[in-house]
Amino acid sequence: MATGIKDKVAILGMGCSNFGERWDVGYEHLLNESFSEALSDAGIERKQIEAVWLGSALERSLGNSAIPAATALRLEGIPVTRVENMCATGTEALRGAVYAVASGAVDIALAIGVEKLKDTGYGGLPTLGKGTLNDIWMPYSSAPAGFAQLAAGYRAKHGISKEDLKKAIGRVSWKSHQNGAKNPKAHLRKAVEMDTILKAPIIAEPLGVFDCCGVSDGSACAIVTTPAIARALGKRDLITIKALQLSASAGREWGTSSWDGSYVQNTRNAAKAAYKEAGISNPRKELSAMEVHDCFSITELVTMEDLGVSEDGHAWRDVLDGVFDADGEIPCQIDGGLKCFGHPIGASGLRMVYEHYLQLQGRAGARQLKNPQLGLSHNLGGVPYNGVCAISIVGLEGR
Amino acid sequence: MTNSSTSGIKSFGAYIPRRRMLRSAIAAAHAWSHPSLKGLAKGERSICNWDEDVITMAVEAGHDCLRGSSGGISGIVLASTTAPYADLNNAMVVGAALSLPTESSANDCGGSTRSGLSAVIGACRAVGDDVLVVASEQRTGKPASAQEMNFGCGAGAVTVGTGEDVIAKFLGAETLSVPFINSFRKAGERFDYGWEERWIRDEGVSKLIPGAAKRLLSRLDLAPDRTIWFGMSGGGAGADKLVAKVLQIAPEQVLPDLQAQVGDTGTAQPILLLISALERAKPGDIILIASFAQGGEIAAFEMTQSAAATGRRGLAGSIAQRIEETAYLKLLAFDGHVELEWGMRAETDNKTALTQLYRSADQILGFVGGQCSSCHQVQFPRMPACVNCGALNTQKPYSLLDVPAKVQTYTADWLQYTPAPPLYVGLVQFEVGARVLMEIVDVGPQGIDVGTPLEFAFRIKEQDRMRHFDRYFWKAVPVV
Repeated sequence: MATGIKDKVAILGMGCSNFGERWDVGYEHLLNESFSEALSDAGIERKQIEAVWLGSALERSLGNSAIPAATALRLEGIPVTRVENMCATGTEALRGAVYAVASGAVDIALAIGVEKLKDTGYGGLPTLGKGTLNDIWMPYSSAPAGFAQLAAGYRAKHGISKEDLKKAIGRVSWKSHQNGAKNPKAHLRKAVEMDTILKAPIIAEPLGVFDCCGVSDGSACAIVTTPAIARALGKRDLITIKALQLSASAGREWGTSSWDGSYVQNTRNAAKAAYKEAGISNPRKELSAMEVHDCFSITELVTMEDLGVSEDGHAWRDVLDGVFDADGEIPCQIDGGLKCFGHPIGASGLRMVYEHYLQLQGRAGARQLKNPQLGLSHNLGGVPYNGVCAISIVGLEGR
Repeated sequence: MTNSSTSGIKSFGAYIPRRRMLRSAIAAAHAWSHPSLKGLAKGERSICNWDEDVITMAVEAGHDCLRGSSGGISGIVLASTTAPYADLNNAMVVGAALSLPTESSANDCGGSTRSGLSAVIGACRAVGDDVLVVASEQRTGKPASAQEMNFGCGAGAVTVGTGEDVIAKFLGAETLSVPFINSFRKAGERFDYGWEERWIRDEGVSKLIPGAAKRLLSRLDLAPDRTIWFGMSGGGAGADKLVAKVLQIAPEQVLPDLQAQVGDTGTAQPILLLISALERAKPGDIILIASFAQGGEIAAFEMTQSAAATGRRGLAGSIAQRIEETAYLKLLAFDGHVELEWGMRAETDNKTALTQLYRSADQILGFVGGQCSSCHQVQFPRMPACVNCGALNTQKPYSLLDVPAKVQTYTADWLQYTPAPPLYVGLVQFEVGARVLMEIVDVGPQGIDVGTPLEFAFRIKEQDRMRHFDRYFWKAVPVV
């Protein structure tokens, strides 16, 4: 009988590069920027790392395999593996490292994610192939077009007007800009007026420019080990992994009539499993903060329902009521989220955990929350009806 | 009554692209240099959307023609002077999209705008199994030319065969082949070069067609009280009425020349005129169709019974389904006369794995999904394991082409590259339970929303500009 991952693995150290349009550096610099912070935070030497999982979503960031990362970080003679699961890649890398430690295969493992999007030349994400079969029938729509369809489905199901929903999703982005302004590592560090958000040019109806997250360069990483080794290395007040869950689409949402378009089934699947693994029964009360995959404002809105912190059909009201603001009932995207911290794909899942790690240790500076215990991060890859969701929950040991 | 060995038309279908460019908009764009075009600036002409071509229009017309048909088509002929492929059986692609049996013959013909009528005559003379004859033309003229104003795009299809279900009996035909070069376009060139219209009308049409028509009518020995519907293509404006006068056919019996709403569709024009006649003729009426080009063809039919009600769109229905266009640059962009800056997203390499295309040909070209024999879920694509119950190798082919469907989710994507932004995309929910992520095209000013009813059109999905191969798939179109 599987016992789950709760409290079996501790975070020894973490690092996160500045996110943004890093014209001055390449992926090799970004990797070292987060890695050196993590090594210093963990208080270990590079040679103590026994296995590495690299998360990088786009082949054009640093090529296939993890060899370019091993070369950049001079990780010689140890297993270094590249994982890719679209925008959930960062959390996928963490899973690999955490499971390696939990299995007893290694004592110390590194999960590192990176993306160098600003070397692609695109404003958004490049158009990616879908495989030889899908390429010949599936439309090549953009990432925002995939998620924008949630708005149509959500409106239709809950009978909400276009105007009300536009205001609610605008409020999602407004809040993240407020938070991002307080984060020195964030890509977008400027508060924005609601009116500016609502009147911005349309990218994919009803999403405007401000409903879309930043396209950024960046890297984030975690060094993980067992709680016993962490303590032996002198660490106190450990931050441990409470849950790591993942759910992938198998065609039901886009191939049958089962899905109404108003939610993300993968999030519901992964959240249910993660809460069980972490022993959480009332997420709205028990979670201290959330870092969710706000690639687009509508995604964050429906995610509140998918994670069970808002009732179905009520997230838009909770958003407008400020429930997820920095001073709200359950702060969401306290670091600015994908929206403002930025979204270097392979790094994002680890960046989310990094914020919880700082918050749980009381190291979050101007955006520090009061007495946090448990933080949830949520990573979505693909599109709502054909994608993958990864959820990680971290918290104080023993919580 | 027809007897079983008399050949003729058994069914018909038409397709005129929904996009209609106002000629006044074309003339206005050229007013600075070609003010005289204002004289031609009446009505509108059909233009192809960026994803339409001779093949896609032929599929539409063919589908309209075969609506409600139980099959039995043994071959397809595609007539066109603008077919996309020089060496690739265009008719085969049309046949595959129409799910014709792989044993069917598939013949391309062209070389002249008269080839549409030639193909119908040929099929009528070759008495045998039912054959689908489609004429389809994507006509483009040099910017600021009279052709640009007068040409149109469209396709017409007829089923030719024998038996009790013939609706218009083939009575006979005359052909005239003379070196009267009214216009020409060398292989590989984009534009027609035409001679003076007055010469074509006075020395060509007026002298050549009536003689052939009289020979045919004399051979048919029709009673003088027979109603004759007359239509002629290729002669220029008013030439049809001129010939009708010589033949003593009343002006009201001359079929509309389609100039006001469609334009001159070249190879497709005589078939569309024939369809126009089939839509209005009564049993016993005679239909006389001429196609002028380096001489010409003229064929006579006798309406024997009204066409069966199949829900076909027909010519009148197709003309009625219109989206007005006034942006002249759209015509230039769609026809490739100007290259707009589309950004890096347009650089995607759209190489098609021809191996994969062949493996899934019925799915991609015919829009045939699968139905699980275990749980009965209808699905697309047809994967080895059922999307619903996971059962392996249980799927039977299931055509989604005529299944009622509606919008489940949608958006208008302004980020993704498409030659006609925005890219409407969404999940299409079929009444039988299947669901497919599809592009939605020809969305009119009324827009779409969740629940909008949809039908399906065969279109170019992507163009591989590096290797010059277009891949086709079905797209959803709002039902109007």
